[in-house]
Amino acid sequence: MAKVADFKAARPTWCPGCGDFGVLNALTRAVADLGLEPEEVVVVSGIGCSGKISQYFGSYGFHGIHGRALPIAQGVKLANRELTVIAAGGDGDGYGIGLSHVIHAIRRNVDLTYIVMDNHIYGLTTGQLAPTSDKGMKTKTSPYGSVEEPVRPLELALGQGCGFVAQAFSGEIHHMAEVFKKAIQHKGFSLVNVFSPCVTFNKLNTYDYFKERLVNLDEDPDYDRHDRQAALRKVMETGGMVIGVIYEADKPTYEEQLPGFPEEGLARRPLELQPDDYEALEAQFV
Amino acid sequence: MAKELQRPATGAPKTLTGEFSWKVGGQQGEGIDSTGEIVSQTLNRLGYYVYQYRHFMSLIKGGHTNYKVRAADHLIRHHGDELHILIAFDQKTIDHNLHELVRDGVIVYDDAFKARVPAERQVRVYGVPLTRIARELGNPIMKNMVAVGVTAALVGLPVEEFRPTIEARFGAKGDQVVELNMEALRRGFEYGAREIGQVATLPRRPEVRRRLFISGNEALAFGALAAGCRFLAAYPITPATEIMYWFLKNFPKYGGVVVQAEDEIAAVNMAIGANYAGVRAMTSTSGPGISLMQEAVGLAGMSETPLVVVDVMRGGPSTGLPTKTEQSDLNELIFGTHGEIPRIVLTPATVEDCFYMAVEAFNLAERYQCPVYLVSDLSLGMSRQSIDGLDYSRVRIDRGALISQEELDAMERGAYKRYLVTESGISPRSLPGMRNGRFVALGNEHDEAGTEEIEDTSTREIQMKKRMRKLDGLDLSDYVDYYGDEPADRVDLLVVGWGSTIGRIQEAVARLEADGYKVGHLHLRALYPFPKEKVRRYLAPAPRVLVVENNYTGQLAGYLQREVGFHEKLHGCRKFNGDPFLASEIYSRAREVLLHG
Repeated sequence: MAKVADFKAARPTWCPGCGDFGVLNALTRAVADLGLEPEEVVVVSGIGCSGKISQYFGSYGFHGIHGRALPIAQGVKLANRELTVIAAGGDGDGYGIGLSHVIHAIRRNVDLTYIVMDNHIYGLTTGQLAPTSDKGMKTKTSPYGSVEEPVRPLELALGQGCGFVAQAFSGEIHHMAEVFKKAIQHKGFSLVNVFSPCVTFNKLNTYDYFKERLVNLDEDPDYDRHDRQAALRKVMETGGMVIGVIYEADKPTYEEQLPGFPEEGLARRPLELQPDDYEALEAQFV
Repeated sequence: MAKELQRPATGAPKTLTGEFSWKVGGQQGEGIDSTGEIVSQTLNRLGYYVYQYRHFMSLIKGGHTNYKVRAADHLIRHHGDELHILIAFDQKTIDHNLHELVRDGVIVYDDAFKARVPAERQVRVYGVPLTRIARELGNPIMKNMVAVGVTAALVGLPVEEFRPTIEARFGAKGDQVVELNMEALRRGFEYGAREIGQVATLPRRPEVRRRLFISGNEALAFGALAAGCRFLAAYPITPATEIMYWFLKNFPKYGGVVVQAEDEIAAVNMAIGANYAGVRAMTSTSGPGISLMQEAVGLAGMSETPLVVVDVMRGGPSTGLPTKTEQSDLNELIFGTHGEIPRIVLTPATVEDCFYMAVEAFNLAERYQCPVYLVSDLSLGMSRQSIDGLDYSRVRIDRGALISQEELDAMERGAYKRYLVTESGISPRSLPGMRNGRFVALGNEHDEAGTEEIEDTSTREIQMKKRMRKLDGLDLSDYVDYYGDEPADRVDLLVVGWGSTIGRIQEAVARLEADGYKVGHLHLRALYPFPKEKVRRYLAPAPRVLVVENNYTGQLAGYLQREVGFHEKLHGCRKFNGDPFLASEIYSRAREVLLHG
């Protein structure tokens, strides 16, 4: 069985202290704990600091273009449903350029896990406003303070009926690994938003900022994660400052509902047509 | 009593030898297409070679739409320049199509409206109570079936000949519906035979064979399925959507998936993901979608992921002419996406090409691990025509350099290099799920192992050259067809075309030859990598070259100049009004060039 070390690849070039190290460590721990083998996992990422994760994770990977990790990931999963597919990216990637793909991936409910490393800033392009930056935040592109409302990923996902919505924090790696395990095990599309501080460009949303505010729902025995309205209420009451599994529902996946979709990976099916298949197809045109 | 508005009858309309053409027109939503389909499918079943052409607008109801059927005793590749019988459900049909009618051609109009036909036109016009007869049958919508019956009388075709088509079409709705439609046909026939009589002759009936009546879109989808394609992600767009419909209908039996993506960007990226994971996958779209996909096509080139992108071209730019044909995406397909990638551009010219070249597109995409554009246009994609058949035994599946599990197992752990520098530039590919074959496909520059290289100039050069030299070994000259006398230096004129213009060019050339000119015809069915040597061989000796293309700026002519030169002798024959070329237009332009060029 694969060990944590088997999922290590290239040495990360993230800034020391970057929250993304936590995500990488938690993810390697989660897949190793689940008994997955490196060749069974595909990590698909977009562009930005977060996008580097496919390079640093020791499985198959696809480092695509900005905002398009989810379409690629869905293509991979539909081609071979035996693979464990994890899409990963940042808040710019997922909630900026790629936001519509998030909504549609939720609608479609292909069985994959989407991890968003949310640092409320653009890191790789050196500190511009992000879709999740707080209103009033001063950045290189909002020198007088942002006048835009931030995207609220949890409310969006819950509103759209996402089957698995969770949040984690890079200051709590052990908890994050547990959340990832549940997300991967969930049958259908799972969204995990991770507060992953950018220590270089975001001096507002620091580790301490989150530590002071975050409430762990997984530690609250009274919280019912199967009640969507209660989940929405909780997220709105706390301004999204919660971690843990926020909502979970059992829904049929996209692939389960497709007529004729094979149980085995589509990629394993023969390509050739039998001669009578060919004749039957041709007969449509006579 | 059918009222004849114009001159007395002067016998049957003059028809070209061996062919007949008919058109029905009205408002969109009046059942024009089904009328046309019944006539064209019946003639195909009877053994005629049929070519169908739909003129329609980007509207659901209203506007003007028409459906032309040309039938012949020999294979035909376009809708023809002339028209013998026009069935008009409204005045617009007459106004828009009168110019096409031959001298003494026939117009049958529904006398529910008052037809106006300019007196100077030598045509015969008959008002027929199509709606009234349909109403007597209890359903005014059936005026189109009455019109089919009138048509049968006008060409002397017994209505029972239509029965198999009517049964195939309405059988599922029950015998009563079939009989009601047959009754409408009979009533129309009786009226037509009694009041008008036979006005045209069908061509000699060819030996009856099982002919396929199939469009370019259908043939392309069929070819892709035969090639092993099992994944389509696409966004609906005219004129490519029929490809999606065909897959939706036929994929479930083979486990295939059709994803209606949220946009073209998602569609192409899904296809890239599926190809990466080992399924033969494609996306199909038209010009506006191609523009949106450009970034991802670059990703496929850089990450060396096979990808097939179908472009069924329509009028541009922007949303342009959504329901009209054009060949103006050439520049974008050959030069598009930022940076430089290896790519392949295939340009089928016929329905049969659409089938066979779809198979080849998947083979090339995997062999060269790069994007392949398969380029059709509205005229080729949406027109059904009769063909003698397709040959499944010609289908060969070649998956290119796929590394096996045994080969990976034999390697030292971690030694596999996805982007290994090889002489051919092609590196064996592993698929997710294979042990010891781990790699990251990526859009960033990288080394042999797929590790990102940000500043290493030599790795950049090595990988860039590796990718670009993949196509050095690809010779597409088999996709350049020359028709005409050899050696080619004896011709007065060389006509060059690509894609769906082939049938029009061939008929124009036949007319020029009948005038005594010697004309060669070079047709390009692949544009990138450009089969330079073969094209030069034919262009060099020709005294004049006429480049036929459906666009304004002469994109093919410009490309020929860039690749093979001969600026001074290239002449353009261009059309960009949305309609496909007529043979007569190419003929006239060629005459001009022959006389003055």
